[in-house]
Amino acid sequence: MNNIFISPSPHVHSGDSIQKNMYGVVIAMLPAMILAGIYFGLGAIIVATVSVVSCLLFEYLIQKFILKVKTTLTDGSALITGLLLAFNVPSDIPLWIIVIGALVAIGMGKLSFGGLGNNVFNPALVGRVFLLISFPVQMTSWPKPAHLSADAYTGATPLAMLKEGIANGESVASIMQSNNFPSYKDMFMGNIGGSLGEVAAIAILLGLAYMLIKKIITWHIPVSILGTVAIFGGILHLSDPIHYADPLFHMVSGGLLAGAVFMATDYVTSPMSKKGMIIYGIGIGLLTIIIRVWGAYPEGMSFAILIMNAFTPLINTYCKPKRFGVIKNK
Amino acid sequence: MLKTFSIGGIHPPENKLSKGKSIEVLPLPEKAIIPISQHIGAPATVIVKKGDTVKVGQLIAKASGFISANIHSSVSGTVEKIDNIVDASGYPKPAVIIKVEGDEWEESIDRSEILISNVELSKEEIIAKVAEAGIVGLGGATFPANVKLMPPSGTKAEVLIINAVECEPYLTSDHSIMIEKGEEIINGVHIVMKALEVQSAIIGIENNKPDAIKYLSELAKKCIGIEICPLKVQYPQGGEKQLIKATINKEVPSGALPIAVGAVVQNVGSILAIYEAVQKNKPLFERVVTITGKSVTNPGNYLCRIGTPIKNIIEAAGGIPSDTGKIIGGGPMMGKALTNIDSPLTKGSSGILIMDDKESQRDTQRDCIRCAKCVNVCPMGLEPFLLMTLAENNNIERMETEDIMDCIECGSCSYTCPANRALLDYIRLGKGRTGHMIRTRKQ
Amino acid sequence: MSITVLLTIVSLCAIGIAAAVILYFVAQKFKVIEDPRIDQIEEVLPGANCGGCGFPGCRGFAEATVKAETLDGLNCPVGGAETMSCVAKTLGKEVQEQTPKIAVLKCNGTCENRPKTNKYDGAQSCAIQASLYAGQTGCQYGCLGCGDCVSVCNFDAIYMHENGLPVVVEDKCVACGACVEACPKDIIELRNKGPKDRRVFVACSSKDKGGVAKKACSTACIGCMKCAKECPFDAITVENNLAYIDFEKCKLCRKCVAVCPTKAIHETNFPIRKPKPVVEEKPKSVETDSNLSDK
Repeated sequence: MNNIFISPSPHVHSGDSIQKNMYGVVIAMLPAMILAGIYFGLGAIIVATVSVVSCLLFEYLIQKFILKVKTTLTDGSALITGLLLAFNVPSDIPLWIIVIGALVAIGMGKLSFGGLGNNVFNPALVGRVFLLISFPVQMTSWPKPAHLSADAYTGATPLAMLKEGIANGESVASIMQSNNFPSYKDMFMGNIGGSLGEVAAIAILLGLAYMLIKKIITWHIPVSILGTVAIFGGILHLSDPIHYADPLFHMVSGGLLAGAVFMATDYVTSPMSKKGMIIYGIGIGLLTIIIRVWGAYPEGMSFAILIMNAFTPLINTYCKPKRFGVIKNK
Repeated sequence: MLKTFSIGGIHPPENKLSKGKSIEVLPLPEKAIIPISQHIGAPATVIVKKGDTVKVGQLIAKASGFISANIHSSVSGTVEKIDNIVDASGYPKPAVIIKVEGDEWEESIDRSEILISNVELSKEEIIAKVAEAGIVGLGGATFPANVKLMPPSGTKAEVLIINAVECEPYLTSDHSIMIEKGEEIINGVHIVMKALEVQSAIIGIENNKPDAIKYLSELAKKCIGIEICPLKVQYPQGGEKQLIKATINKEVPSGALPIAVGAVVQNVGSILAIYEAVQKNKPLFERVVTITGKSVTNPGNYLCRIGTPIKNIIEAAGGIPSDTGKIIGGGPMMGKALTNIDSPLTKGSSGILIMDDKESQRDTQRDCIRCAKCVNVCPMGLEPFLLMTLAENNNIERMETEDIMDCIECGSCSYTCPANRALLDYIRLGKGRTGHMIRTRKQ
Repeated sequence: MSITVLLTIVSLCAIGIAAAVILYFVAQKFKVIEDPRIDQIEEVLPGANCGGCGFPGCRGFAEATVKAETLDGLNCPVGGAETMSCVAKTLGKEVQEQTPKIAVLKCNGTCENRPKTNKYDGAQSCAIQASLYAGQTGCQYGCLGCGDCVSVCNFDAIYMHENGLPVVVEDKCVACGACVEACPKDIIELRNKGPKDRRVFVACSSKDKGGVAKKACSTACIGCMKCAKECPFDAITVENNLAYIDFEKCKLCRKCVAVCPTKAIHETNFPIRKPKPVVEEKPKSVETDSNLSDK
């Protein structure tokens, strides 16, 4: 009888673990990674591998030698940061740049705040935005998928083409009908130039379905982001179809889907209550459209998410879940 | 669509290993150890002394105060001593220890199996009999039943809700009594309806007990005012507030009792005990207990006398398995881990669960990853991750404003947390300190 | 210098001057009039803000000393006698010298002395373990070993030894009382540090009867009262099967330590007793001069 354990209730556990959730996200990203590999060839695989390995390596080195805490490589979060970072960069980016990105993402974006659970900003986005600002040229020349052109050449993304065209005074309709511009189907299926994550809306939606079924995330954030983009984009488009693209275009172009499904739903940096998540999603949707339409950058998703990450603690303080048995005007 | 409560909830594996096992009578122990405090409220005052002979059903300790309960002997024999025994929590508690001799019952108890359907006593007489019989909530809360039957002045009961949910995994004692004593239970419901002067009663049963639902529905058809309500299998469906929300769609306000929405909730085991007390003059001295566990050879439902050492019950189920890691009194979600098996069975023990070594140990705790799963499953709409941090930092004022006192300690949060955080451990600590501050403030 | 640079310098200076003027007037308008002595006292205090004095932080204590008529009952345990005399001098009040105290753990139930009867697997907090059950051993009064006292100490003066009990670091403990508050079993006491840091105390808090206590822990106090009978200064009382030494009365003669059958009484910082040298027995009939003069 001396070997019995005593602890407070409950005495059973669901078996859920941080690892299960993290690796579940990795599995959800697999369709997109595979598709990116097919479209962009070996370059994409190499970028992804280097990104993941650098993230894991930097996490190990910093935790063991600088911070002198227990290393937490096996929980899978550094692996996800590596994959997400790779998602956001062109597939032919020089490898030394991605290594710097990994260092910034893990060292500055995650470990300097205290590691998993304590960071304010999404580490992969911190890395990505740092690279975007420091290496603007390398970060904005996007290779086209191998099967589209015999000789691989780089070109602008549909969003960039749209922004440039509008700046030149063309109407949205005429830009979208030009030869170079991909069709909706192309954008959905991934036949476009862009970062690894921008391609294949369909692969990302598969990942979303997987995560919802496995209860890794709830529907609130992705749906509120996409819904806001649809509605706000729709209002703009209806008011002035010449200068504003339609909402469907916004939904399938750029990193919107990848961002809504994988980046904005990051546990640590998103709000904790359902109401809070919806407000967060609406904020991201609004900011993305605003930056895309009126901002200097063609793509606004990364900045929108980082800005809303900063609001998450405030949202958590004021958006409490509905309490049982508490009358609203307490 | 099955009815259920509105917020949160989890679905742990049901593991009803002893389902369908008919109730067996456990042999009498050699000694009965009867603690004098098996209920919420003041401990009872002992009225026998060393050397006295007692019969089964004889009053051995009297309720002391309004919120207290009588204690009766569950065996016949001689009082060996009245002393402190080390109870399941390791603390010494006073108990009456009786050396068992034979099985002689009090003459007033009607031991026949005939169903007595007529309820002839008046409301006051019923409540007096319930008090006399020492009946407490047999679902585990052990609140004196007669006090519940007397709503405070200014309040009126509108509906009686019977908690036959048994949402805890593994436990099947309520299920077994519904199958074998269904008629007695329906009669018990009538008795309580008369005592509360209500016209409507709802028996809430989880949908994983279809035979009980069918049987009781047939019996209820012959009566007026009794409705059977099948409920979705979700934990904690049997929580008082959740059950009220699911059956009559009313939320008990924070800090209030069920009577505030006109409901009185009683466990189905307590209802059976009330029938036996009122119609058969039988006080509460035995109950059905589930003994279960994956390594247990013979899981089952046993009718045991109060005061039987736990080890006797484990022996009847095949003895204690060699790989035992934990022995739990109650279910796995809200039960208490016992420190020794010599401690006695009390009125509130609905089950003994034996867990093996591996399952008994918790995994390492990690930092909160802010996944919000605990918030999603909390049936009271609280934020367990926040309450744990506040309790660790002893921030009592903020714990009060974050409604920590609403926590029903169901354990859904700790069950779900992927980082294996000891959420409920710290929330209980915080509740204790916040409750203390609130009480001292009121003085 | 180009006109741009000149304009920049001039405009920035102007903004700076304007801000300085505004801030000056605002500071004057919203100035809080406080007794300047409070600031003086605060300077003298250690600044640990530990609350050991019973006031909210060092500033709270400074306010209290200025407001109070005498310094009786006001003591900064961290700063000690030196700080208090400084405070007294500044205020022109008198202060009584307080005897230095130290936190003492009244339990010796190490893993060796007090075998475990079960394993605790809950959250590592003494408060949680204490509210759940009687503990991992047969003694329900003893130290639980989860370290609530260690985590609450602001001065790094207590650490958990591998034998399962906390150890107080002599030179760091300032007797602020935080560990005393934190211990859910109430087995840490602030006792006099003693001359040359020597002290004698009963290292047990068990109120169980002798047989039960000894079964649970080999160095438990069994309430046999031998120490109380032996003490020449009436410093020991035995209540509820537990002996207690009053540190004001104890003169550190250590007779109780020698006579305790379970070695429950501890002596701290005494030199190790040398074994008594063997003395040859003098024949009893001879009466020397020294014996006569003793009477």
